[in-house]
Amino acid sequence: MSSKSKFGEYGGQYVPEALMPAIEELTDAYERYVLDNEDGFMDEFRGRLRDFGGRPTPLQRADRLSERYDREIYLKREDLVHGGAHKLNNALGQVLLAKYMGKDRIVAETGAGQHGTATAMACAHLGIDCEIYMGRTDINRQRPNVFRMRIHDAEVNPVDIGSGTLKEAINATMRDWATNVEDTHYVIGSVVGPHPFPKMVRDFQSVISEEAREQIREQAGRLPDSVVACAGGGSNTMGAFHEFVGDEEVSLFAVEAGGSSLSIDEEEGLAPHSASLSTGDEGVLHGARTKLLQNSEGQILESHSVSAGLDYSGVGPELAHLVDEERVTPVNVGDDAALEAFHRLSKLEGIIPALESSHALGYLERASETDARSGDVPDLGDLVVVNVSGRGDKDLDTVIEESDRRDIDAAPSMEVFEG
Amino acid sequence: MSGSEREREIESKHESDIEAAFADEPALVSYVAAGDPNAEETKEYVRALVRGGSDVIELGLPFSEPIAEGPTIQQAIRRALDAGMTPDRYFDLVADLDVDVPLVCMTYYNLIYQYGTSEARRASEHASGEAASQRGVEPFVAAAAEAGISGLIVPDLPVDESAPLKEACDAHGLDLIFMVAPTTTDDRLERMLDRATGFVYVQGRLGTTGARSDVSDETHVSLGRLDQTELPKAVGFGISEREHAREIVGGGADGIIVGSAFVDIVASQENVAERLEAKASELKAGALEARAEVPEPERT
Ligand SMILES: Cc1ncc(COP(=O)(O)O)c(C=O)c1O
Repeated sequence: MSSKSKFGEYGGQYVPEALMPAIEELTDAYERYVLDNEDGFMDEFRGRLRDFGGRPTPLQRADRLSERYDREIYLKREDLVHGGAHKLNNALGQVLLAKYMGKDRIVAETGAGQHGTATAMACAHLGIDCEIYMGRTDINRQRPNVFRMRIHDAEVNPVDIGSGTLKEAINATMRDWATNVEDTHYVIGSVVGPHPFPKMVRDFQSVISEEAREQIREQAGRLPDSVVACAGGGSNTMGAFHEFVGDEEVSLFAVEAGGSSLSIDEEEGLAPHSASLSTGDEGVLHGARTKLLQNSEGQILESHSVSAGLDYSGVGPELAHLVDEERVTPVNVGDDAALEAFHRLSKLEGIIPALESSHALGYLERASETDARSGDVPDLGDLVVVNVSGRGDKDLDTVIEESDRRDIDAAPSMEVFEG
Repeated sequence: MSGSEREREIESKHESDIEAAFADEPALVSYVAAGDPNAEETKEYVRALVRGGSDVIELGLPFSEPIAEGPTIQQAIRRALDAGMTPDRYFDLVADLDVDVPLVCMTYYNLIYQYGTSEARRASEHASGEAASQRGVEPFVAAAAEAGISGLIVPDLPVDESAPLKEACDAHGLDLIFMVAPTTTDDRLERMLDRATGFVYVQGRLGTTGARSDVSDETHVSLGRLDQTELPKAVGFGISEREHAREIVGGGADGIIVGSAFVDIVASQENVAERLEAKASELKAGALEARAEVPEPERT
């Protein structure tokens, strides 16, 4: 069981004893229903993803971006999944699994609120009770999603402790789960946490790369030179990469939040970024051994990103392993460059991307600017697939405020329309 | 003590000092977070808890993500971290404590796992390759033993991930104490009892630490499942009053573990040492009463 729960040295099951029986039960359910399709679970899941979730999503050639960067750019449109992000792929899978397991209550944490809304939607769709934990900081910067969760009849519990972001929301959800473990399933929102979550969430999300791989061969006649996806916990990342991992000729780029700087303030316990893959150090957090932002004593640092969904001090163990194996290249894009990319895609392609996805899009610019000059950024090649993990409606307040405050070039002025 | 001496001790079923603390009468295991509100006061509070009749002191080494703790202890840990508590300062604090009851370190796995790295980093600032190879649980256990710690409780380390730490604890003569939850399956219980020394930490109810107003029925069920164990059984999670102590010891426990009720007193900042001593005596008295009243413990 130990080797099945790990990716090299990463992964494992580091949780309080009260949760272990539930994790064993979940592991068993994962193996039977997801891996072996018992009772036709996977057929039902795929059917619901299609009819309720709106899959498959298009792989769209981005004509004006292609022209700008002088390469073929294709966008995997996860923003068009019901609810506006890839998060439904996993939430629907786990809520359905909870029903198969006979659980009658769901808890979940959320950062950007996309996982929370996806879980609330799936619970409403399948008729099961739902409670969501969300950090206070994230509640304030993702208000539309708070209301969407409430509209679907989910309870939203604010978490005030610490920085009020995803890490604290996960702590709070784990405590709830440990209290109510007998009738409750914890729908974790990314490829993080104890085994079997990292594998199970990846399996639910790999529909992204299954579709994209087929679509690009059909539309471009070959496999891409690279796939680019943003990485918070890493679920859209693993989803977009999984089916390409065996294709050695395809480069995989995980774009982390570079925040305002890649330095660390040990004294304050703060990292002004969320780049745990490229700057983090091995440790144990939220049930798994993985790469973390921590100080030299092992205390977890508060992370930062302008995008709530990337603002997390850890990352999925499989992604950490693939980076050590040099199969995945971790890169990063800062707050300002992500905001620029947000406006660029909105103007050039008529698509408003999530701030999280804007990091992935920001890397196109960075790679094109810098490799021409110095070649110090790995090349994307001629045919690139970028995963647009979600749409940016939830981010409009933040984008208007932050673009103004930071004087983002590409941003339109909203001043004359105010108040 | 060397590793092989320790092994011989275990083989001959000789008690560790923690096991011995449960030998004569029902034990009171008292928790405070080290460094809440600062190291000096923690020492004073530990002495007060010992004067009040505590038989074992559980000293929390604060971790930034205490997922097994309820609000009371979470906040205590926050205060201790804000006041600058670190593993090294913790070991200094422990080494300074001149109490004659066993001390147990309660902390989370990441701090144990990282300790070797930060040690090596301190030793040689620039040899990052060496630093990485130093990582592992042994340096922490060695430092804990050196400071005078008798045992470890690591709530986020389940038995199946515990082999490396168990090995280090055996080598340095520390007890590794496991928690049994109401949901623990028979299978898991067996694996735990295979590895456990010191005492068995019986989690009185599901959820997190925190004082409650009643004793859960789950406690009695859990105790019943541990009938066969020779190790002492101590019940924690929710105990705050004399009556709880009496009921739990009456139900067959060899000891009680009390944390949040003490941490509440520390948080109040009023006559803390005096009130800790009084609270400890009250709880100890409850435990003793149970033994006096019920020679043949009634089991539910
Ligand atoms: C649209 C979107 N993209 C990406 C992420 C980052 O999560 P992950 O890295 O797990 O895909 C989030 C998380 O909330 C999100 O909402």
